[in-house]
Amino acid sequence: MYSASDLKKGLKIEIDGDPCMITNFEFSKPGKGQALYRCKIKNLITGNTFDKTYRSVEKVNRCALLSRDYTFSYIDGGNYVFSDNETFEEALLSEELLGDLKHFIVDDMQVEILFHNERALDITLPNFVEMIVAETEPGARGDTATNVMKPAKLENGFEINVPIFINEGDTIRIDTRTGTYADRVAKG
Amino acid sequence: MRRIRAFFYERGFSEVETPIRVKTPCMELHIDAEPSGDHFLRTSPEMFHKRLLAHGHEKIFEVGKCFRSGERGPLHHPEYTMIEWYRAQTDYLGILEDTKALIATVWESCSTDWKLIAVSEAFLEHAGWDPAGNYDEDRFDIDLVEKVEPALKAIGGPVVLIDYPVEAAALSRRKPGNPLLAERWELYIDGIELANAYSELTDPAEQRLRFEKCAEHRKALGAAVYPIDEAFLQALETMPPSGGVALGVDRLLMLISGAPSLDQVLPFR
Repeated sequence: MYSASDLKKGLKIEIDGDPCMITNFEFSKPGKGQALYRCKIKNLITGNTFDKTYRSVEKVNRCALLSRDYTFSYIDGGNYVFSDNETFEEALLSEELLGDLKHFIVDDMQVEILFHNERALDITLPNFVEMIVAETEPGARGDTATNVMKPAKLENGFEINVPIFINEGDTIRIDTRTGTYADRVAKG
Repeated sequence: MRRIRAFFYERGFSEVETPIRVKTPCMELHIDAEPSGDHFLRTSPEMFHKRLLAHGHEKIFEVGKCFRSGERGPLHHPEYTMIEWYRAQTDYLGILEDTKALIATVWESCSTDWKLIAVSEAFLEHAGWDPAGNYDEDRFDIDLVEKVEPALKAIGGPVVLIDYPVEAAALSRRKPGNPLLAERWELYIDGIELANAYSELTDPAEQRLRFEKCAEHRKALGAAVYPIDEAFLQALETMPPSGGVALGVDRLLMLISGAPSLDQVLPFR
């Protein structure tokens, strides 16, 4: 348990069983009154933010977050299945939770999954992933400008923008944090 | 500082110095004193000033550091400068006139349009209930911070919240003719609380009861209980009717300079 005076910006706490983060924090003490800790809080599951004021006598639950290393194994319907690197136990993450990241998950990828109690909250992929371009307009030979972009379909069908010198069969590196092209690794 | 001092000297006040290390800090529910060896650092010079009033000093002021443990934020610092003054034979309204004149002297561009709003009125309008006779400490503090203070900020300029529920009287006397209220006001300028004033309570029996109640309450909260200052209670027996106020100098400086927090006016924070 935290006491109200331990609260600060960025601290993760648990409210009604949900993991939450304090996104804004203000100490307040009206004349002759008690110390109040005014917080803006974000629910890490729903993404909703709300205001809450704690009195100094109030206690706040700690949020037990645990992050573990997993390897991607297969897709089962709408779920992505990962296996724990130590125990080989499987963890299922829904497409919904993965959002756009699902496009950059490849076989045997090493990931980090953040759990609150037994519930997977968030996943961190390696910063870069290598993928093959399956379909794109032919590139202009000799044009190495990186600021002119064209659409390209990746091996899994997902479309991103690449510089015009990229050809079908090229292997490119994608920054998974931004979902954008980073550089070319090999010509196809 | 020079203008503040000049203001009081011109009006015939005596500047006083009272102990900073004290045996018996003033017992207030939510103010914690900083221990200093076998003493405490003062949270306010109030009790010594009242002893001086009882000894016949009629107009006194002091500018000095006060200390409050655990108070730190954009508007709080555990060591801060307070100006405190008292006048015999007046009440909180007389002190309000002093305060208006002082602000006009040291902060020429401050609005002179002072609005007085009764605490009951402010709470009815902005929080939907009247704390007088119906006091709930938690609800009062939270609504004050979440609803009333933002409304005072929106009004802007000097706003005086006046006539507090008697439960929040601290060291002020009850309002003659309305036992639910106490003669206390708080000055807000642009929504920032700047000063707290009382018609001083001069009844030693009632003051002792309030200290005892406060001690019990502090004990229940797990806060330190300070010994009762007997010399102070004794002085109340001969203290004339008086008004007094404490004003935060750092916050005043912050307001005059338009700074958003104490960070800009306290270089060694």
